[in-house]
Amino acid sequence: MKPKTIIEKIWERHVVHEEENKPNLLYIDLHLVHEVTSPQAFEGLRMNQRKVRRPDLTYATVDHNVPTKHRNVISDEIAKKQMSTLRQNCEEFAIPLADINHPDQGIVHVIGPQLGLTQPGKTIVCGDSHTSTHGAFGALAFGIGTSEVEHVLATQTLWQAKPKTLQVKVNGKLGLGVTAKDLILAIIAKFGVNVGTGYVMEYTGEAIRDLSMEERMTVCNMSIEAGARAGLISPDQTTYEFLKGKRYVPEGDAFFEAVQKWEEFATDEGAEYDRTIEIDAEEIEPQVTWGTNPSMGGPISAHVPNPEDYSRPADRSAIRQALEYMGLEAGTPIEAIAIDHVFIGSCTNARLSDLRAAAEVVKGRRVHENVSAIVVPGSQTVKLAAEAEGLDKIFTEAGFEWRSAGCSMCLAMNDDVLQPGERCASTSNRNFEGRQGNGARTHLVSPAMAAAAAIAGHFVDVRSFSNQEVFS
Amino acid sequence: MEAIQKHEGIVCPLDRVNVDTDQIIPKQFLKRIERQGFGQFLFYHWRFDNDGNKRADFIINQPAYEQASILVAGENFGCGSSREHAPWALLDYGFKVIIAPSFADIFYNNSTKNGILLVKLSEEEVAIVLEKAKQGKYTLQVDLETQTVTDNDGFHATFTIDSYQKKLLLNGWDEISLTMQLEDKIKAFEQKAN
Repeated sequence: MKPKTIIEKIWERHVVHEEENKPNLLYIDLHLVHEVTSPQAFEGLRMNQRKVRRPDLTYATVDHNVPTKHRNVISDEIAKKQMSTLRQNCEEFAIPLADINHPDQGIVHVIGPQLGLTQPGKTIVCGDSHTSTHGAFGALAFGIGTSEVEHVLATQTLWQAKPKTLQVKVNGKLGLGVTAKDLILAIIAKFGVNVGTGYVMEYTGEAIRDLSMEERMTVCNMSIEAGARAGLISPDQTTYEFLKGKRYVPEGDAFFEAVQKWEEFATDEGAEYDRTIEIDAEEIEPQVTWGTNPSMGGPISAHVPNPEDYSRPADRSAIRQALEYMGLEAGTPIEAIAIDHVFIGSCTNARLSDLRAAAEVVKGRRVHENVSAIVVPGSQTVKLAAEAEGLDKIFTEAGFEWRSAGCSMCLAMNDDVLQPGERCASTSNRNFEGRQGNGARTHLVSPAMAAAAAIAGHFVDVRSFSNQEVFS
Repeated sequence: MEAIQKHEGIVCPLDRVNVDTDQIIPKQFLKRIERQGFGQFLFYHWRFDNDGNKRADFIINQPAYEQASILVAGENFGCGSSREHAPWALLDYGFKVIIAPSFADIFYNNSTKNGILLVKLSEEEVAIVLEKAKQGKYTLQVDLETQTVTDNDGFHATFTIDSYQKKLLLNGWDEISLTMQLEDKIKAFEQKAN
């Protein structure tokens, strides 16, 4: 039999219907729902007297709008209405909901894996582009719009054209102090924000195999920033060990049967991809973005680029616009950029290991006097686990604010908004204009790099920083 | 959704690459629970200054483009977030056709499902259209049936589109009711899977 990629295997097992000159009708195993992209879909169902076909394969939470400071004080009436609308819709259509005071509440892409809803071989969708996160488990997971949300609610299927496959091969090992976030930022900086358009990406290679599940989630999370709706990693022992004992994962003998089934999904030796790109892990340094899309970044040792050094006119004008928005001069060392804010959070970097990595840097130090810094755990479960280890104390004693779970300042839909001109070192995924607030300037970094910047007041290489005694 | 076969309209040139959905509609406007009324927020921070006044230098605000219904932009238009509020805002504002060398995948699907026609032309063709539109009031004819884009001055380009997407757009079909006709197949799949 012809060797196959995991992408082809998952696809083939989910085709409900195919005919010529049409995309395939694909079955969806898990549909995650949140408050922002679902109300119009439920309204569409009501208008057409349709039901939710499989509420048992649907799971909802509130994350985008929720306050992270005072849990039940929602000053924004429109946001409040959006959350109560989700509550009513879940009641009406019998969909399980981790509501704001529910212990399982959190960012939808943090809680899916945490509950064990995310499993290898599944097709997973959500009205959110960072659904690619779940690909870390060897699931085919991608973001959809509200019309597609409605389609999945009504039929548990989607019409999808078979994607091309892109192998992203990461050779060798990551250096000490270089994280999964640096890896994915380096991939995007090297290959651009649309290398993955039209493809599903599969990450392979030694450096990928070495990653923990939480690190793999960070990598897959940002597949969309490279243009790919989905990015995944074949499951292995690391995957199964993570899943064992999770609430929605089978137990006992059923677990071993599940593992056998999951193993079959892994890409076969010798399988072919439509395209392969490669990067050497050894060459990657801690990364900092300087521009207004995730590919506009580079190593901490670099300088802000000069637009005139680029040959394509479109690049020159894009970089010129980006530097103007970011308030940066070409040639400035990245380490010389001073910051006003630090945000540690988001579906990219707000899991327990992310908070541990940041806490390790912060421990016994003080946040710089010019910086305000917040930590927003990815879920209430992560929050409690971090508190059990005393991470909250480390952060608060250093001068960080310790918040409750939500998307928070990653997209600033709630009250966690920056002011025009403010500059933020952020562990989130997008540095688009206005993303963290109108006129706000976002630099994407890893949790350890964000923590180091919080202490120093400017960007600094966490590898040299960790061993120094820095008091400011 | 409304069917679209042919469209003739004024072209607005947005000469930027990687226009993301955060620019098309900023997050503070995603809190509504309706599909309508997003046009007023389209390109909000590019269209309006911090006091809410129109920025005269932003292309869409210029008098020549007030009635524009065709937007032309650089590569990777619609990247970023999956928010369908982006095509809702474009449509509500009055854009029926968007021309670019490439579009982000999720945005492409979302737009098509709302009856917006996304036309992929080559970078060279897009550059020509951008230049012509920058000169002032410029009209294009877009024909989905024949997959052509023409102007009154000899410009002629063809585009490719997936035949299924084309059929949906030409007929304005509701995809959910089409899929529900396959209920037996969905049921059979579920039984087999269990």
